[in-house]
Amino acid sequence: MRDRIECDVAIVGGGIVGGSAALFLRQAGLSVTLLERDCCGAKASGVNFGGVRRQGRPLEQLPLSQRAHAIWGRLPELLGTDAEYIRSGHLKLARSEPDLASLIEYRERSQGFGLGLEIITGEAFRRRWPALGDRAIGGSLCPEDGHANPRLVSPAFARAAARAGAVVRERTPVDRVERDGDRFVLVSGDALEVRARFLLNTAGAWSGRVAEAFGEPVPLESLHPNMAVTEPLPRFLDVNIGVEGGGVYGRQVPRGNMVVGGGRGFALDADRARPQRDAVLTLMRDAAELFPQLRHAHVIRCWTGVEGYTPDRNPIIGPSRTTPGLFHAFGFSGAGFQIGPGVGQTLAELVTAGETAMPLEPFRIDRFAAPA
Amino acid sequence: MEFVSEVFPPVIAPPVIVGAGPAGIRAAERLVAAGLRPVVVDEAARWGGQIYRQPPDGGFTRPKAALYGFEAGKADAVHRAMAAIRDRVDYRPRTLVWNCEAGALDLLCDGASEPLPFSHLILATGATDRVLPFPGWTLPGVFTLGGSQVALKFQGCAIGRRVAFLGTGPLLYLVAYQYLKAGVEVAGVFDTTPFAVQARATAGMLRDPATLAKGLLFVGWLRAHGVPIHNGVRPVRAEGTEQVEALVWRDAGGRERRAPCDAVAFGLGLRSETQLADLAGCRFRFDEADRAWLPERDGAGRGSVPGVYLAGDGGGIAGADAAELAGERAALALLEDRGLPVDAARVKELDGRLARIAAFRRVLDAAFPFPADWADAIADDTMICRCEGVTAGAVREVARSGQAGEMNRAKALTRAGMGRCQGRMCGATAAELLSRTLGTGPDAVGRLRAQPPIKPLPIATVVPSPRGGESSDGREVA
Repeated sequence: MRDRIECDVAIVGGGIVGGSAALFLRQAGLSVTLLERDCCGAKASGVNFGGVRRQGRPLEQLPLSQRAHAIWGRLPELLGTDAEYIRSGHLKLARSEPDLASLIEYRERSQGFGLGLEIITGEAFRRRWPALGDRAIGGSLCPEDGHANPRLVSPAFARAAARAGAVVRERTPVDRVERDGDRFVLVSGDALEVRARFLLNTAGAWSGRVAEAFGEPVPLESLHPNMAVTEPLPRFLDVNIGVEGGGVYGRQVPRGNMVVGGGRGFALDADRARPQRDAVLTLMRDAAELFPQLRHAHVIRCWTGVEGYTPDRNPIIGPSRTTPGLFHAFGFSGAGFQIGPGVGQTLAELVTAGETAMPLEPFRIDRFAAPA
Repeated sequence: MEFVSEVFPPVIAPPVIVGAGPAGIRAAERLVAAGLRPVVVDEAARWGGQIYRQPPDGGFTRPKAALYGFEAGKADAVHRAMAAIRDRVDYRPRTLVWNCEAGALDLLCDGASEPLPFSHLILATGATDRVLPFPGWTLPGVFTLGGSQVALKFQGCAIGRRVAFLGTGPLLYLVAYQYLKAGVEVAGVFDTTPFAVQARATAGMLRDPATLAKGLLFVGWLRAHGVPIHNGVRPVRAEGTEQVEALVWRDAGGRERRAPCDAVAFGLGLRSETQLADLAGCRFRFDEADRAWLPERDGAGRGSVPGVYLAGDGGGIAGADAAELAGERAALALLEDRGLPVDAARVKELDGRLARIAAFRRVLDAAFPFPADWADAIADDTMICRCEGVTAGAVREVARSGQAGEMNRAKALTRAGMGRCQGRMCGATAAELLSRTLGTGPDAVGRLRAQPPIKPLPIATVVPSPRGGESSDGREVA
């Protein structure tokens, strides 16, 4: 005998986007059922690098990113935990004059979005970050960016939604989703049937199936970011580090462990991935080159996850072009963690008000369709 | 069935054995006899494994009889077996296997990493102590039973001048006896198993009079030298400021007592080292006797992945004698799977002897049961994961609040199992705490998924011939 739930909004996928959407929808008074195939926040939202970063994003993402920034500032009040979120600053390094020029150019182009970027070079740069002094000629600092522990943040959004009255069902994969008159019907095996007026497709790398079910196939590819962490080390770094044009990034957590990322893992199957040997070795080499303090450290663990990438590396956000009441938000291409809560809030707005002031045009789902 | 490597150019990869203890050596011996030249990879500098660990080269002159006691003959035979085939194997001592991926292992030796493709893989990875924490267990002077035995065998030194032996399992009495023989004062043997349980199990030990006789001898010898042996005890705490000064324990009657000592050796049986089997893709099942998730294997040691074999304590705890037999048995299975002739009579003999040991194993398990209630007594503020500083209370909290019903989730939320040991030390504790808080069996909370590196990997690792991993597209993710 299947459980049956009738509600205003059904959400497929309990990552940071689905979890935050559920929370904001509950705050608006709608009834919400959130279905998660595994554990909430256990996939890409929970295993990413943990950078909470606006700097370096394409300009079209910055309004949503700014919106998210305000939500990150209220984390303890929203979630009851700070989840190790620190506004440490995000420093993007330039290792050459052309790289510095592109950082300066990004600062110019992103003026007016309120990132407050500072270009720091030469003696001032070396004085401020002696640890990085001979690795880079300068950098661009976004003082209010930072980092957080994704393993704590992402599940906490779904938990806060549940505390606010959302029905959260974990280990509940959706096998069938269809339209029945003005209702969406979602079926999970023999366990559960959910009927809802609205449907949010926030299933990360698995969102393509839902979109396809409503006649909107998307070229979504699964990729696997390669991460590693060292044992705790003496503090030498207070900022989240990226490199202009380079594939390595790093942050030192309050305990002293250094988290670094770069390269790709490989898929075991559609649901699981593993770090790849050459990527691990390359990452260690690059990290030691960038951070000489790691020379005598050990990597104690590597990991990866499954993330959905679009061809243009921009997410798909907004209303379905085929089905009223359906909204998509997926394909964040390895950069969904910071922006996620802003997107969740925007989805809640689309459901409750039918519109949003956020510019979503660049994220239309049909932008990849072959021109007619 | 051969492994087809997707990554490495087609070479004729050798069979590879991981571990040069009794299982690995007997496996290598059998492969060499069939004309193969296996690679034998081992973390130690000299072969023998943990149980027959050899002292470092040079300057150590203790005779084998002193090092291995009753087992000197077996130790010597295993050592000689490897010496005899030394020139016909590709032997890689001081080498850590840190990963297994796409039909190849990753080896770390002398600071350099290299991939080693294999045609077949025999995992003879052995075991480490199973421990549960008690207050004060992180004080200097508290060692595992296995660790205290290694100190004696390998270095010829004791962990203290006056040592208390705590826990349960055959190793408890053996190591206490070895310490006494080596001239160390033994403050007492504190066995968590009630006397009545052990006495009942002793009847079953008559199946294996030799083992029973040894056990009785250890106990008799200890008693004759005035060593107090207490059954049915529970630890209260290890006391001390700079280091252990006493073991406070509760006797079978519930009275709190104190044993002055300057070191404690403790352990509750052994746990298999299964990370490589996991990375190799083997399916696991929960084993009631070992109270652990183990790689599935058939009677010959074949894992669920064709071409991967498990032998010795790494596939399930059965002791050194079984490890020798299982190593040879797995090698015979490998030869058979390669289409080579094998001696059917020998196979039958090995299977029979392994079955007899397995039957006796059940008797031993009954004599030294795992103290399942121990975990309930661990105070919330007791640290269970030293790498990450996680308390028992933190693990119980994520279970009680419904946030974690399974090990990997508990790890993500509390960090237990995320540190240097990757859960090899704290995993058993976390599983017990999680399952007992949830009111389920230990099987219901699953197992920690292995990730490379299986032991810490120096950042400065040299890659002699980088084949250029796919670099990222220059984007910073998240």
